[in-house]
Amino acid sequence: MSDTPWYNRGLFSSLNLRQKTLLTIALTGLLLAVIFISGMMIDANLPTDFSIKMRPPSFDHIFGTDWMGRDMFIRTLKGLSLSIIIGIGASIISSIIATLLAFLASVNKYCDEFVSWLIDLFASIPHILLIMMISIALGKGAFGVIMAVAFSHWVNLTRVLRAEVLQINTSEYVSLSKRFGKGKLWIAKEHILPLVLSQIFVGTLLVFPHAIMHESSVTFLGFGLSPHEPAIGIILSESMTYLAMGAWWLAFFPGLALLIVVLLFDIIGDNLKRLFDPSQANN
Amino acid sequence: MELKANNISFSYNKKRQILKDFSLSLNSNQIIGLMGDSGSGKSTLCKILAGYITHYSGEVTLDGNKIPDKGFYPVQLIFQHPEKTMNPKWKMEKVLNESWTPPKELRDTFGLKDQWLTRWPNELSGGELQRFSILRAINPETKFIIADEISTMLDAVTQVQIWEKLINHAKANNIGILAVSHDPELLEVICDDILYFDEINNL
Repeated sequence: MSDTPWYNRGLFSSLNLRQKTLLTIALTGLLLAVIFISGMMIDANLPTDFSIKMRPPSFDHIFGTDWMGRDMFIRTLKGLSLSIIIGIGASIISSIIATLLAFLASVNKYCDEFVSWLIDLFASIPHILLIMMISIALGKGAFGVIMAVAFSHWVNLTRVLRAEVLQINTSEYVSLSKRFGKGKLWIAKEHILPLVLSQIFVGTLLVFPHAIMHESSVTFLGFGLSPHEPAIGIILSESMTYLAMGAWWLAFFPGLALLIVVLLFDIIGDNLKRLFDPSQANN
Repeated sequence: MELKANNISFSYNKKRQILKDFSLSLNSNQIIGLMGDSGSGKSTLCKILAGYITHYSGEVTLDGNKIPDKGFYPVQLIFQHPEKTMNPKWKMEKVLNESWTPPKELRDTFGLKDQWLTRWPNELSGGELQRFSILRAINPETKFIIADEISTMLDAVTQVQIWEKLINHAKANNIGILAVSHDPELLEVICDDILYFDEINNL
């Protein structure tokens, strides 16, 4: 049986592809929920204890401790949950923007041109620059970062949805609906929305990793969250001072954890896409 | 009632004209057959009559008046492929009720089973879907029906059955039908009169 692929052997061989996809989504979702909830429960105002400062990873402090003797594992968890909140906020707002703009584009030719122009405009500005500007304009902090990431990440989803809505609008069932005397608003709500809903959902999840990465990078650069919040970006930028002194664990573990969370969201998004739209699974 | 098409000209692009000075008159107590070769422009004419294409020259009138674009269109087109005229994410009940809610007797007449109403469009066959299309088209506000090759996916027996029921309903409710096909035998059976597309089209 050497020609069976790896995913059809061993423990999960009795499951079909759909069940495997569902299992993957459930497990990654569970892992993210555990990270998020434990991060929320933890009080991150750790007491400073200079007797254990700058300890490398050990069984007592598996991610090591920082220059004030605080446990890095707890700070990392707190930072990740903060990142997840910002990711949720930003991706939901950006998909709402994308949906509204996609429907606006379907109203008439001028609206479509306006939306296309808006897409080109936002796509031509580097994301990180846009995020920094919006974040500063809105007074930094979590709110500023959420809005900044949301207002820079609707572009791709809008482009996809606009094309989809355009295609549905030229279908025979929509033109028939118009001949039955149905209005544009009714058609948008009843015909088009159910057909693009899965795309909106998947799009929201796939914005997530971008949102988290960008939040961390602007925070790292000092334009995002304020320094007293234990965000991953803050932790990383603080660790830069101590890296030269050999405290590699201050940057390594939080960075790795951030990467894993981003990857988990990406896995969920991809698997959901496969579940909703099997014909696209091979692309 | 009389549906009239006066001097209709239409082309998709500048290279090839499809319709030139096409005129047609249809009475609501008649069933007229329209015959023509594939690609001659029959479906285009159907779409013009039913208001799907609006950028043509000439005019389509109902009792001498232009047909308003808002509200239910009194000229209903039944398409050749019913599966394309139904939203794949809608249950059949919603598909049917989008036009109107036909009474149970009418659903029975056209052989529509109640259990089909809770299914999705891709769970029914072409012939079953076409019954839904026909039932949607015979809304009480409909004055004319343009039937564009509506029975090509059905076997001969079912074709005759469906046409018989449609014609009975049309005669009883004073609905005029333009039956478009390239099957002369079928048109001879069902129509009061047959027109030949190429003879009326002045190309």
